[in-house]
Amino acid sequence: MARIIVITSGKGGVGKTTTSAALAMGLAQRGKRTVVIDFDVGLRNLDLIMGCERRVVYDFINVINQEANLNQALIRDKRCDHLYVLPASQTRDKDALTKEGVGRVLDELSQSYDYIVCDSPAGIEHGATMAMYYADDAIVVTNPEVSSVRDSDRMLGILSSRSRRAENNDEPIREYLLLTRYNAERVDVGEMLSVEDVQEILSLTLLGVVPESKAVLTASNNGIPVILDRESDAGQSYADMVSRYLGEEVPHRFIHAEKKGFLSRLFRG
Amino acid sequence: MGLLDYFRSNQPKSSANVAKERLQILVAHDRATRGQPSYLPQLQQEILAVIRKYVDVDLDAVSVNYEQEDSREILELNIVLPDVPSAPRI
Repeated sequence: MARIIVITSGKGGVGKTTTSAALAMGLAQRGKRTVVIDFDVGLRNLDLIMGCERRVVYDFINVINQEANLNQALIRDKRCDHLYVLPASQTRDKDALTKEGVGRVLDELSQSYDYIVCDSPAGIEHGATMAMYYADDAIVVTNPEVSSVRDSDRMLGILSSRSRRAENNDEPIREYLLLTRYNAERVDVGEMLSVEDVQEILSLTLLGVVPESKAVLTASNNGIPVILDRESDAGQSYADMVSRYLGEEVPHRFIHAEKKGFLSRLFRG
Repeated sequence: MGLLDYFRSNQPKSSANVAKERLQILVAHDRATRGQPSYLPQLQQEILAVIRKYVDVDLDAVSVNYEQEDSREILELNIVLPDVPSAPRI
């Protein structure tokens, strides 16, 4: 049985797809058989971030409608043997994602994979609720910014009421906080909500803090999940996140601004 | 309070602190209204309309509270009547 992880946020542009790609790649690199599914029907982007946009033949909706089987639609990642991508449909409307259809595809994937990562669309509409319905774990991607934090809190309410686990009175979805686009310098001068502030408001287990980083845009330009950029702060923090998700104890990095030396402060270097 | 804090307290609050306080209030309010029946706002409007037929009360004079405990739900109505009766005097 696979573990189903939803990457969700409510607000758009906070880093859900970047996180989905990084998590899926990170899990696969550790030998876990992983599939990452794009639930953003009509506005697919995961294939671009994963760099496999030119290899899309069939998509998630084709599989749900039984116009193609899973083997035809799954795209094997060229960098990692254990990773597969199931792209979203570019054209059809979101109603094509039926609860039964999604459930059937996830059941089938569960037979042969260890982890299923569901990249949720923004908002609280049908696509987002379908992405979270079958989840075992949820990673709530949040920026240290008022509207993102509020939307994340709304998402937590929906996770606890409108999921399969909630409806069946099973053990609730495990919820984790991932803070992205974090700028430690601005936090230090009181211009940005701190990790502690956001955690106090949302009271979630902190899975990681990803600093605002140029590496994220560079990675998406190149179609390479940023976790593969081991030199970058964002890549390293995503690698830490994967370790923590798998139960390892890893200290948080990039939360505090680097202390500048006396001379560099003197010269504003 | 240290001497430094004394000088600091005179400064305006940092925008991050303002954000945190606004969010705490907002999130507490959002959570309180979560899981309430969807008819509640309309119920409040109609009750208010009926009361205003007879008594001249403010628009915010009626508060409807909904609480859910393990096996029971409580619907609490709180109406603040004006101090001086506003019935027409002769």
